[in-house]
Amino acid sequence: MIELENRFDIATEFQAMAEHVLAAAKAKGATAAELDLDKGTGLSVEVRMGQVDKLQYHRDQGINLTVYFGHRKGYASTGDFSPPALADTLDAACRIARYTSEDAFNGLADAERMATEFPKLDLYHPWELDADMAIDMALQTEAVAREHDARITNSEGASVDSYAGMSLYANSHGFMGINHSTRHSLSCSVVAQEGESMQRDYWYSVSRVPSLLESADSVGAEAAQRTVRRLNARSLSTREAPVLFVPQMARGLIGQLVSAISGSSQYRKASFLLNSMGQQAFPDFVQLREDPFIRQALGSRSYDAEGVATQARDIVKDGIIQGYFLGSYSARKLGMQSTGSASGASNLLLADTGKSFPDLLAEMGTGLMVTELIGNGINGITGDYSRGAVGYWVENGMIVHPVEEVTIAGNLKDMFKGIVAIGDDVDERGSIRTGSILIDKMTIAGQ
Amino acid sequence: MKQAYDFAREAFFAPTGLSEQHLEQVFSQLLTKDTTLADLYFQSARYESWGLEEGIIKSGSYSIEQGVGVRSVCGEQTGFAYSGEITLPALLESAKAARAISRAGQSGSVNAWTVRTPQRPLYGMDDPLNSLSEDDKISFLRQIDSIARATSPYVQQVMANMVAVHEIILVVDETGRMTADVRPLVRANVSVIVERNGQTESATAGGGGRFNLDFFLNGNKAQEYAEEAVRKALINLDAEAAPAGNMTVVLGNGWPGVLLHEAIGHGLEGDFNRKGTSAFAGRIGEQVAAKGITVVDDGTLEQRRGSLSVDDEGTQTQCTTLIEDGILKGYLFDRQNATLMGTQSTGNGRRQSYANLPMPRMTNTYMRAGEYDPAEIIASVDKGIYAVNFSGGQVDITSGKFVFSASEAYQIENGKLGKPLKNATLIGNGPDVLTRVSMVGNDLQLDTGIGVCGKDGQSVPVGVGQPTLRVDGLTVGGTATA
Repeated sequence: MIELENRFDIATEFQAMAEHVLAAAKAKGATAAELDLDKGTGLSVEVRMGQVDKLQYHRDQGINLTVYFGHRKGYASTGDFSPPALADTLDAACRIARYTSEDAFNGLADAERMATEFPKLDLYHPWELDADMAIDMALQTEAVAREHDARITNSEGASVDSYAGMSLYANSHGFMGINHSTRHSLSCSVVAQEGESMQRDYWYSVSRVPSLLESADSVGAEAAQRTVRRLNARSLSTREAPVLFVPQMARGLIGQLVSAISGSSQYRKASFLLNSMGQQAFPDFVQLREDPFIRQALGSRSYDAEGVATQARDIVKDGIIQGYFLGSYSARKLGMQSTGSASGASNLLLADTGKSFPDLLAEMGTGLMVTELIGNGINGITGDYSRGAVGYWVENGMIVHPVEEVTIAGNLKDMFKGIVAIGDDVDERGSIRTGSILIDKMTIAGQ
Repeated sequence: MKQAYDFAREAFFAPTGLSEQHLEQVFSQLLTKDTTLADLYFQSARYESWGLEEGIIKSGSYSIEQGVGVRSVCGEQTGFAYSGEITLPALLESAKAARAISRAGQSGSVNAWTVRTPQRPLYGMDDPLNSLSEDDKISFLRQIDSIARATSPYVQQVMANMVAVHEIILVVDETGRMTADVRPLVRANVSVIVERNGQTESATAGGGGRFNLDFFLNGNKAQEYAEEAVRKALINLDAEAAPAGNMTVVLGNGWPGVLLHEAIGHGLEGDFNRKGTSAFAGRIGEQVAAKGITVVDDGTLEQRRGSLSVDDEGTQTQCTTLIEDGILKGYLFDRQNATLMGTQSTGNGRRQSYANLPMPRMTNTYMRAGEYDPAEIIASVDKGIYAVNFSGGQVDITSGKFVFSASEAYQIENGKLGKPLKNATLIGNGPDVLTRVSMVGNDLQLDTGIGVCGKDGQSVPVGVGQPTLRVDGLTVGGTATA
């Protein structure tokens, strides 16, 4: 079983270590301090072409320490928990703080914002798994994929991963929180060949709960189908057309929104949605909620990286931006309150507009369905967007042929406003949950 | 003089009490009759960084990463475990876990050790963290800030940072070889945001390498980086929408060599070719570039960011010819993939840290110079674009399709440079893009030392370079379709 042995003893040990380090920081003259301690263990198995490829055991630990001397701060980290190493790390953080500048916005999050309620989020589900079982499961997944179609000629393998970890956050307000969590995944990537065309694609399942993972058969079959359907892809001539982002790609668009309305982008004025609070950034049917309290979900947490209580809230309501993602520093810079987002967004849920995926294809009529994007051609300040795309050309709501070696380009501001519909085909893996997103028009560049 | 191995003993053996006898015990635990290679990778790295923003020193950090990775390879199969604790019990436990890859029982031992010193150290062993006083580090960042703000009234934000790393590694392998390396790495970056009439743009500049921080002061790099970042950001304020479609593209020298890294380099890494999943698999001896084009991966350049005296498996690095006069010549290998393909490691076995497995990775990848004057290359183009700076790229190894995103580009009309163009992604097909190179400049240049390459979740520092190139037909992903 992949489990932190004696995790309750470790928790007790961590508490003592945290109290000791915080007291030592105070003794060094620090006016405030905060730290997190992490420990985890895991197993990763990769098989390829019917035999074991890699067997890896993970064992990680680390401490991250921030000290404040008034409004100056210093940060240091180490993976060594021995008392001399902890003392050196504290010294290093104090040394750093001697040289950083006074910054009135620095400091712990406000004491009255510390989380006081810790609803059971049910994030710890160790897997009764040993290396042999993991190998069998990965072999089964890959075998299903390879046998699925004669054109599957090669494989990048299948893998099973299981990780169990705990983390403690404490600060000199007296706040201390401990989290135990697990994360398991099953993935498969195969290669198909027909004539000159060689393609690979993949599928995966991830969950905090082993029994909620998709089956080996399902992951293998999906990986195979996705790979084979890419064969004989070709470019398109340059044109403008509607673009349908499948849920896995639509997630990236929501990620761009998060980045644009995060505190650091706002206070640096480095956002294409600058000062957008209360502004209409999307059509009025777009609703995006943040919910940190979904049981067993990957993004769930009751407090953020500063101990601030998280909250369920609207991010976009009727197309209007309702809130930013703020930690205490950026909140103070902007004259606002922390939103409990010092660790970023928790779980985000984009409401669908009542359309199935086939409905969206029909609604698009003729356009590009995008299944993969490569490259980093996104300018977060201007919103200019230009990325390499892979997908399918669609005519009259029907897939005509696979597409590769094209780019799709536009501006995120226009793309957000140009959302026509959101599918109910929600991908529940990951912390951003969205269906497919149909955008009215982008520029496709090709041959 | 103190050798790399002396540093390694001080870092890994002196504080822990480990001895060669203990290592013999570890290898006895690790080896089986099926083992084809096995190694212990000891690493101790110290990082320090300073960050300036809004005119003040906003952040500083210091961290220590230390541990040992234990690997056992049986043919294609690898067992791996690691520990942040460098102690005999942790090593024995990791060895036992890594050995589980083999169904065979313990068998074999290492009884004789040979200490190998890098034949030609490519960089000094001094600790770059201590190469400048804290006051000098901070005043360098403040200088960047004041120069950037003095360069243009449109500068709104200046973010500057300086990072220094001092790393000591020791590789102990199944043949009894013990190879140590001491690696400095520094980097400075500046990022500016400019605003004019409500329009905002940004740009970055920076550099670094395997040397001390005084490089930045002695070379007056504060001025160079600050002015370069402001120059690029202001150009982007005037930029127009880039065109969309297939056209002639002239790539500038230096950093645009990221083209070679994405289009060619990754596809020639030995693991993908051994597995047959690369678009370049089985194509050695074939023409994959125009005549006259030679591309190498060179880990032996002194003090370059991508260079290593020895790789992370203890193999001396080399200059490997990937493409010679247009013909595909070779792949990049680590020990495992070289053995499986019946050849020798090219010194490209690299890993992010002790907690990751090594794999074939690039070092400094560049194209050798040709004969054309860069001005002549631009003058030869009737209609196209000239792209001189990029913000990175990505490749699909199997289909061969790659992208890289221009952050500074200009129109070319009738052989003359025209208006600047907005960010556009270029997309092409790795195995044939170089066949469409029709002119190679005489101005080979390497990048300034800022490259980071990601593969399988592992990041390593790399370098790229090229002369000015004319590519006849590359897809430009702008928005202007007219």
